[in-house]
Amino acid sequence: MEAFAPDKTLDARGLSCPMPSVKTALALEEMHSGQVLLVLTDDPVSRKELPLWAEATGNKLLAIDREDKTIRIFLKKG
Amino acid sequence: MPARPEERGKSVTIVLFSGDLDKAIAAFVIATAAASMGMKVNIFFTFWGLNAIKKKGGLIKGRNWMQKMLNIVNYGHARKLALSKLNMMGMGPAMLKSMMSEKRVPSLEEFIKTASAMGVKFHPCEMSMTVMGLGKEDFVDECGEVIGAVSYLSIARDSNVNLFI
Repeated sequence: MEAFAPDKTLDARGLSCPMPSVKTALALEEMHSGQVLLVLTDDPVSRKELPLWAEATGNKLLAIDREDKTIRIFLKKG
Repeated sequence: MPARPEERGKSVTIVLFSGDLDKAIAAFVIATAAASMGMKVNIFFTFWGLNAIKKKGGLIKGRNWMQKMLNIVNYGHARKLALSKLNMMGMGPAMLKSMMSEKRVPSLEEFIKTASAMGVKFHPCEMSMTVMGLGKEDFVDECGEVIGAVSYLSIARDSNVNLFI
């Protein structure tokens, strides 16, 4: 599952609402359009929230998968 | 912050009237989440809510004895606010802070810094400041323009989300 090679990885594990969205926004701000950010989270709410966040901010959700407790969310900067 | 065209220009305006720690944190959770979505956020701090953005120290503030007494009794800043429930003479906030830091939820001080860095604007209420004898210098550096009710309304009437906390 390395179809989307991330340009940057954000480890947001251990963080809860609203910090995963806040950190994702700050991480994407430093990236260029078209680059891929991988967000790691273990917060089940973020699994729902980050796709909504991406939709609201014009960024694209590429994929979500899971490895043990870690949820991996691939976002492409819009 | 980049946003989809229809999100661009959307805004949230929060009135923080309460000086309770739990309510201030609720206001900042919403403010930072909205800022992360690219929304414009203004927080209008009024009356007891001013305590959230007061600088630490300076117990005696105000011009006359009533203001001085009020400010001594109402002493507070981001690290010294009480809970709206289960305050238990300060034990409640201490327990809540330790529970929150265990879950890596930012403290109110950290929230203020994060929100400000994300472009959230803080406005202290002019009338409350006059009544309490407070000046702009009594507030943290992140604090923006001092405004009155008319300025608040001119921001609020164009906002998509308006909250009074």
